[in-house]
Amino acid sequence: MTQITLALSKGRIFEETLPLLAAAGIVPSESPESSRKLIIGTNRPDVRLIIVRASDVPTYVQHGAADLGIAGKDVLIEHGGEGVYQPVDLDIAKCHMMVATQVGFDYQAAVRRGARLRVATKYVNTARLHFAGKGVHVDLIKLYGSMELAPLVGLADVIVDLVSTGGTLKANNLVAVEEIMPISSRLVVNQAALKLKHDTLQPIIEAFRGAAGA
Amino acid sequence: MTQAWLLPEFVEDILPPHARQGEALRRRLLDLFDGYGYDLVVPPLVEYLDSLLTGAARDLDLKTFKVVDGLSGRMLGVRADMTPQAARIDAHLINHEGATRLCYAGPVLRTKPAGLACREPLQVGAELFGHAGIEADLEIQELLLAALDCAGVPDARLSLGHAGLFRALAEGAGLNEERAGAMFAALRGKDVPEVEAMSADLAAPWRDAFNRLPGLYGGAEALAEARAVLPDQPAIRQALDQLDRLFAAGNAQGRASIAVDLSDLRGDGYHNGATFAAYAGGQARAVALGGRYDGAGGVFGRARPATGFSLDLRQILDCLAEPTPRGGILAPCGDDPGLRGKIAELRAAGERVVVELPGQEAHRAESGCDRKLVKSEQIWIVQ
Repeated sequence: MTQITLALSKGRIFEETLPLLAAAGIVPSESPESSRKLIIGTNRPDVRLIIVRASDVPTYVQHGAADLGIAGKDVLIEHGGEGVYQPVDLDIAKCHMMVATQVGFDYQAAVRRGARLRVATKYVNTARLHFAGKGVHVDLIKLYGSMELAPLVGLADVIVDLVSTGGTLKANNLVAVEEIMPISSRLVVNQAALKLKHDTLQPIIEAFRGAAGA
Repeated sequence: MTQAWLLPEFVEDILPPHARQGEALRRRLLDLFDGYGYDLVVPPLVEYLDSLLTGAARDLDLKTFKVVDGLSGRMLGVRADMTPQAARIDAHLINHEGATRLCYAGPVLRTKPAGLACREPLQVGAELFGHAGIEADLEIQELLLAALDCAGVPDARLSLGHAGLFRALAEGAGLNEERAGAMFAALRGKDVPEVEAMSADLAAPWRDAFNRLPGLYGGAEALAEARAVLPDQPAIRQALDQLDRLFAAGNAQGRASIAVDLSDLRGDGYHNGATFAAYAGGQARAVALGGRYDGAGGVFGRARPATGFSLDLRQILDCLAEPTPRGGILAPCGDDPGLRGKIAELRAAGERVVVELPGQEAHRAESGCDRKLVKSEQIWIVQ
């Protein structure tokens, strides 16, 4: 029996993946929200789930510790996508990668006059590519959370962050000034597993593709 | 605190008994290649950077360690791949008009690890220059499968691809270099949403072909599907015909299960025909890679058709079972002519005879010997 391991993160991605798993005939035996187990079995003896941090999903899949994974486009861009296939846009956990500033900061004028911007973000690769594409010089400050604080206390001119409802920005007197890209979660597949476990993986991939497109 | 024992990350020793196992395998592989008429060459560890990076994509450039040559002041590269070296030797030194078969074995060095592998792969490979026909691809495939068989790797799988398909599609669709590069990267990651976004404004047959390409992998059914969905165009038809031949021949050889992956594209950028990727032992990375790279010798003065493959001996060792201990015979130290004669006789017969130096009796177990040489009634016997 070929064992299949699927890596995903708790919270929104796990919740929104449940219907996709159901479409592939996979039902987790417990919820990671109530269990502290990191390896979760399913109704199928040949399929198990591992619960990892969202940003670690591509790493587990790249090195073959998991055959499949579910990771946001944001995480995949930061990882670089090396060594993984990303065949299906699952259209779940949708949000936007945005540039945001304090209300009153004239972002467009700063870009026009060629100002050098200080950018605070968790997503340094995304930010680097975006501003390089615009021809804007930036100094990047890597933060691990609460990016919204950075402009308020003078640490940065702008932030690059995921925005889903915009509530946090608004509460902190920030405004989104530019969309970098829409974000949704992708199914990622280990390259060797796609070849070596083709017969077992292909039906799961097709089920995910069908459920995501519906 | 000194850490003189510390090795750089992703750099490792090969210790007993694996070093011996690897060396034995290296010899068997070179003997196998020799049996097919491949001549051994030993290219240097360093060359002028320009020679190592000819026609190669940025990937190989970034992978290559660089040093300044104290003698010439020019930049040297430590080889990251021996294939361009073999191409240089074929084009500039051997100068045969007909087919030239070369093989090689040696370490290469990479600035970045591939996956979690050591940065110093032990590359063993074979290259066939001077023949553009499918027969050369078939010979290389046969040799690759024979090499996997010779190594005894479990669960061997061979995945076939064809770099000509992407080239034909990119040319047919009229993609400029920049767009072709972006499409190449998206196909390489089977990033279907990205491919669909990039092909949206292309004419229908090309758009559909690009969109379907990442899904064309698997067995014979994938090849049949490719004929149905890819544009019926000479270069594409030729590529699929070649893959049919290779697929059938590989299956007939029966040493590995054969599959195709029509969007299997490599970052080293020099391939332009059928490509091979072999997997084994459940490893997350290919254990052997190869394919056709016609014209690679052009910069050395002679553009020649070429195909070949190489495998990483370290990775092959990782898929093999632990070697069985070799054992040996422990002999006492002494000048007794009978003893010396017996030891020489045993060694000549292929036995490993370890002489126990004075004072080492307490560490006998470390010698790894499973028998000993003792004197019984005036003659030396193995017990």
